[in-house]
Amino acid sequence: MKRRDFIHLSGLGLGALATSGLVMMGNPVSAETLLQPGIDVAAKKLLADTALNAAKAKGATYTDVRIGRYLQQFLFTREKNVQNITNGESFGVGIRVIANGTWGFSATSDVTPDGIKKCAETAVAIAKANSKLQTEPVELAPVKGHGEVSWKTPIEKNALAVPVKEKIDLLLGVNNAAMDNGAAFVNSALFMINEQKYFASTDGSYIDQDIHRIWPNFTVTAVNKTSGGFRSRQALSAPMGMGYEYLDGLEKDKAMNPAGFNSYKNTYDMLEDAVNASKHAKEKLTAKSVVPGKYDLVLDPDHLGLTIHESVGHPLELDRVLGYEANYAGTSFATLDKWRSGDFKYGSDKVNIVADKIQPLSLGNTGYDDEGVKCKEWDLIKNGVLVNYQAIRDQAKIINEPESHGCCFADNWSSVQFQRMPNVSLKPGTEKLSVAEMVKNVEKGIYILGRGSYSIDQQRYNFQFGGQLFYEIKNGEITNMLEDVAYQSNTQEFWNSCSQICDKDDYKFFGSFFDGKGQPSQSSAVSHGSSTTRFDGVNVINTGRNI
Amino acid sequence: MAILTQEEAKKIIDKVLSYAKADETQVVISGGRTGNIRYARNNVSTSGETNEIGLNITSVYGKKSGSSSINELDDESLRKAVARAEEIAMLAPENPEYMPMLGPQTFPNSKTFASPTDAITPDQRAQIAADSLNPSGAANLSAAGYLEDFSGFSAMGNSKGMFGYNKRTSVDFSVTVRTEDGTGSGYAIRDFNDVSLLNSKEVTSIAMQKAQASVNAQAIEPGKYTVILEPTAAGDLLGLLTRSLDARSADEGRSFLSKKGGGTRVGEKFFDERVNIFSDPDHPQIPGAPWDNEGFPQKPVSWIEKGVVKNMFYSRYWAEKQGVQPTGRPSGVIMEGGDQSLADLIKSTERGILVTRFWYIRGVDPQTLLFTGLTRDGTFYIENGQIKFPVKNFRFNESPIIMLNNIEALGRQQRVGGDMIPAMKIRDFTFTSLSDAV
Repeated sequence: MKRRDFIHLSGLGLGALATSGLVMMGNPVSAETLLQPGIDVAAKKLLADTALNAAKAKGATYTDVRIGRYLQQFLFTREKNVQNITNGESFGVGIRVIANGTWGFSATSDVTPDGIKKCAETAVAIAKANSKLQTEPVELAPVKGHGEVSWKTPIEKNALAVPVKEKIDLLLGVNNAAMDNGAAFVNSALFMINEQKYFASTDGSYIDQDIHRIWPNFTVTAVNKTSGGFRSRQALSAPMGMGYEYLDGLEKDKAMNPAGFNSYKNTYDMLEDAVNASKHAKEKLTAKSVVPGKYDLVLDPDHLGLTIHESVGHPLELDRVLGYEANYAGTSFATLDKWRSGDFKYGSDKVNIVADKIQPLSLGNTGYDDEGVKCKEWDLIKNGVLVNYQAIRDQAKIINEPESHGCCFADNWSSVQFQRMPNVSLKPGTEKLSVAEMVKNVEKGIYILGRGSYSIDQQRYNFQFGGQLFYEIKNGEITNMLEDVAYQSNTQEFWNSCSQICDKDDYKFFGSFFDGKGQPSQSSAVSHGSSTTRFDGVNVINTGRNI
Repeated sequence: MAILTQEEAKKIIDKVLSYAKADETQVVISGGRTGNIRYARNNVSTSGETNEIGLNITSVYGKKSGSSSINELDDESLRKAVARAEEIAMLAPENPEYMPMLGPQTFPNSKTFASPTDAITPDQRAQIAADSLNPSGAANLSAAGYLEDFSGFSAMGNSKGMFGYNKRTSVDFSVTVRTEDGTGSGYAIRDFNDVSLLNSKEVTSIAMQKAQASVNAQAIEPGKYTVILEPTAAGDLLGLLTRSLDARSADEGRSFLSKKGGGTRVGEKFFDERVNIFSDPDHPQIPGAPWDNEGFPQKPVSWIEKGVVKNMFYSRYWAEKQGVQPTGRPSGVIMEGGDQSLADLIKSTERGILVTRFWYIRGVDPQTLLFTGLTRDGTFYIENGQIKFPVKNFRFNESPIIMLNNIEALGRQQRVGGDMIPAMKIRDFTFTSLSDAV
């Protein structure tokens, strides 16, 4: 399977993904195998030292080795049927070296002292071969060796240990609930990932990490055969750095939103959301088509997260800014001269955006990144001004940072690690403000929830975003549902129109479970926290057409 | 070596089948070598080579199926893998949509393998990169590009006597050239089965030309324009339509092909009558795989004829339920073009926009197949038959259905991502806003 195909497919509907045959990473195994322990830490340390020594003997000046066991279980259902159950295991070693001032990388599934020695030697040979074309030697920001340490996602229930039947029963129950409430079709899925990663480097770190992520999702479709119309509504869940406890759907994590149904915070009630989704999908079939024009937008965190991801997260990746992604994802409008000026107004004074890999329950939450740097939080935008980027060890000096930000990541042992987006989050407002109070002050606006269609240019200026649910606000009241809504804006103009942010009580995560970048493409998972936020006078278009 | 011969593959498949106890067993062995080289800012950034071979077993009891996969092909590993697949199958829930495995099939002779691609070396990859980097560096331009090559095989067999074997090679090359000050950007992309058809210097010269010509782009009002879509741009949008011809969605009432009151719109005239789209596994420039995703032999299919939708994709399950013959998804589609060159299309245009490619295309409304996205890496204003000046990039909101109704002219075809796509001149193409991106 080609991973880039998988990433491409993840943008499709759940139904297409389930039957594509491309959802498996690694080798299919039994569900029980996913619970078996991998090789123990002492054995991993011996193997890692084999790599470090072999590379050094061939002339490497720096080496890191990642012994990885990547586990996944994906479940797919539609209506009353189980479509696909995949249990995947991928185990191997990736070795990265610097020789003659140049990076070299090699990976192998032959996790034996001999296989690892050969792999390390290949990495050095590649580095030496590539050094002939190198014009500037690699310079790494210093990192302190951490010795032998470990880190584990603080989960309560390992989702892989929950019997498959129980999980399938949940999904089929969700489908039944949706169908009972008038859905014509429903696809549901549960994605669970466990990365068991061991990292060692010549800086003196031996880091053992156990990372868990989960994402429940569904798409409910309502059809009106008489009119030939159909409409869908996806789950308002977020992928999280949690165990199966995310599906507990605790009452304390529910909050009634101004549109009159529950939104979810740190746990999710999938069944309740499916019932709501059926009602919403039917309501969409006859909802009023939006009148295009300028509206004040009230954006729910379930929706705003993707806007943050696309218009702040990606443009502040330093490798994009420098041009390393020019042939694929593109470059960035947030150029170094704008940052150097010290007064580039990315957004209004209310906009404070932080990057981190340490927020509990988030997808980015990790002890150490994939080059052994301890994870932390740092400012990207402060009081509306651009103050920093996302940089790893070989980039830190370009922006005068004394150390890496700790956001280097590889999606598999066989992939070379590179700069990836950490969690990028909008800080909540400091003054007490609920969503209901925010809506009360809007004269002509639209309240938007959920992830919809999203498109942005290769330098991240011009974007167009849709959503799952749109509600018209007139004189402080939500009056009716809208359809055919998309907003088009320019990143800087949009963030400068930010006029109000709800307080921390409304703060929650949106997540991207399969975020693609690089050639060959790699996938990563990232969360975006925010509270409901208001943007004034944004251009809304009508996307309805007759064919 | 990751490529097995037909005999070697058959021997292993037969061995696996002899160990199997399930009602039905299918074995797929595939493997190959993938190589790549990536460069940016006029330097090689990464390069690598991966050799992989894998064997996948699917065991079925009744309507319950299970799979296992291994990378070692010794007898002991094969036995264990069979046992594991059978164990997983027994524990699996029933799949009511399971279709029994196919019996022996006659597959067409595939022409997907080209020995020059199989014989590619790391030095050759470096040379392809150097042929792109050197001219752009010499012209004070910055090149970022990516080459990926593959040579491999796939063999499948099952307990009902089916066996197929195929070798395939491919090469994909793309390059973005930018001016040092970032005010101009150009792009070119090619894909082949045979690497000897790739001339990275020539491809890069197109991207260089576009980069230089796109400096100081002017802003013009968004709106409806006549556009000339180069084959890359036309292919970006056409694929969105040809991938949406699924029969089940149409029958279920959730496709642009669903009919008011039920049924589908197959047989209706949807597009301009110059629209003819078909697939042909024997096409010399885009040779197809011998079998489709369900193991049926690929055969020529007419999808759209004189603007009328003739066929949709039917899975085996859905075809049986509807009482029709299954029609799998093709490995590549061909849209008929015309004789005119890109220069001819420009010459006959009074006022229009030339589009090199589109970017970040996302679905907006599946009911009308409305998509949004942006132009990128070379967008130019045409007046009185000539390219006048570069223009800032546009965002579009358009449906390929509307696009194929507004055809002014079709140009020559080019291979684009495994399809054959003509350049297209389209009237009233909807640009909805401007982008400052270069």
